[in-house]
Amino acid sequence: MKFSKIWRPALALLLFLFLWEGLTRFLEIEPWVLPAPSLIMKEMIEVFPSFTPHIISTVKLVLIGFTFGILAGITTATILHVFPKVRETIMPFLVISQNVPIIVLAPLFMIWFGMGDFPKVLIIAMTAFFPIAIATLDGFGQTDRELMHYMKMMGATRKQIFFKLQLPHAIPSIFSGIKIAATYSVMTGVVAEWLGAQQGIGVFMTLSASSYRTPRVFVAIVVTIILSLAFFGLFLALEKLFTRWNREGVEK
Amino acid sequence: MSLVIEELSKSFGDRLILSNLSFTLKRGEFVSIIGPSGSGKSTLFHVIGGLLVPEEGHITLNGTKITGERGHMSYMPQQPSLFPWRTVLQNATLGSELSGAPNEELAKQLLQKANLGDMLKAYPHQLSGGMKQRVAFIRALLSPQSIMCLDEPFSALDSFTKKDMQRWLLETWEQYDKSILFITHDIEEALFLSDKIIILSTNPATIKEIVEVPFSRPRSNQLYLSEEFLQWKKKIVENLL
Repeated sequence: MKFSKIWRPALALLLFLFLWEGLTRFLEIEPWVLPAPSLIMKEMIEVFPSFTPHIISTVKLVLIGFTFGILAGITTATILHVFPKVRETIMPFLVISQNVPIIVLAPLFMIWFGMGDFPKVLIIAMTAFFPIAIATLDGFGQTDRELMHYMKMMGATRKQIFFKLQLPHAIPSIFSGIKIAATYSVMTGVVAEWLGAQQGIGVFMTLSASSYRTPRVFVAIVVTIILSLAFFGLFLALEKLFTRWNREGVEK
Repeated sequence: MSLVIEELSKSFGDRLILSNLSFTLKRGEFVSIIGPSGSGKSTLFHVIGGLLVPEEGHITLNGTKITGERGHMSYMPQQPSLFPWRTVLQNATLGSELSGAPNEELAKQLLQKANLGDMLKAYPHQLSGGMKQRVAFIRALLSPQSIMCLDEPFSALDSFTKKDMQRWLLETWEQYDKSILFITHDIEEALFLSDKIIILSTNPATIKEIVEVPFSRPRSNQLYLSEEFLQWKKKIVENLL
């Protein structure tokens, strides 16, 4: 990213932190109500060694859950695409299922599957699954007509059309689905941990909040944001790698 | 090795598009089909390619009926239709890949001869219009089918590139044992390239006349300026009016 593009938002962020710092000092706000950024920073450095295992635990959870989410999303989209009848039958059900609040499902999963990692992995996978499945399905549906015509005239089989045309054609769409899902999968992981876990950013957060250690809550928030951005960045980089052919824009 | 089209008719709803078309394409022959836009030329290709099933008539390839069957023709569309995520080389081998036996070495040789030697690993968006069509033609040429259907492949190119491409196409094709069925609405192009020109009328498409082109091969650009060429052109234009 170029400096000319980045300096404005960077300056705005700096100004925001500065105002925050000034206000907490000027109005003498108690740290347990709203800690100053400098205090959060200090707390971060102090608490980091004991916080690290929590971070690792959450990252592991999110990576596993997200991987399953991607696999489930692409597989489901493929099945729905290959069998239009199944698609007609299942699609409304899928859309409705997305309106069930995760926060309600989480305690239910704990009841059904216990306190281990599995219910949390399931929650992360489920939230990631839907945007990926929809974006993939969309990508399959938008196959270039000229290319499709070529394949049909050449007598390509359905399998060849899928693997040589539709799937690679859908890769940019799949990645946009993955990126959307990636932005909130860390958050989902943290929220899932609130509801019962041994370790994790969510656990650290609830423990800190219940003992009024507000600066630590903010440390957890900052780390969650950084992790989310890193996660998004990872898939952005993967997308660039997988769609090198697309870099200067496809002809059209 | 020949393609025989017999009394082919096709309609969409109650609109007759192709009416009673019969012609043959012999081994190693270059046959052009000309006619005004909307005369059903592309529909004819779709029937030959097996995408559409005709109401009447048969298509026979080397004595076997192939009416409504796909995969017997290799095809070059009007748009280059290269796959943007495949490199030039991977695009060139796609046609043969579909039938199971891609020959990368031969593809490299052909691309090198077409002055695309240093573009083997480039992606289609980096190529010019003429280059794309060269890759598309090589892709069709490398497909194992003995008959190639070319659907107005040069109509989107400027006239300089077009002349270049026509000469290149002839040079390349003459080294291979393939028959070509070529759709165009450009009379000069048809005369320059073909052994036989099928003139179609519109609504519905019927065969007005089949012209045997007498020019010997190999042909050079000088042909365009010869008296004989102009006379043949005149004859065909009169026929189309």
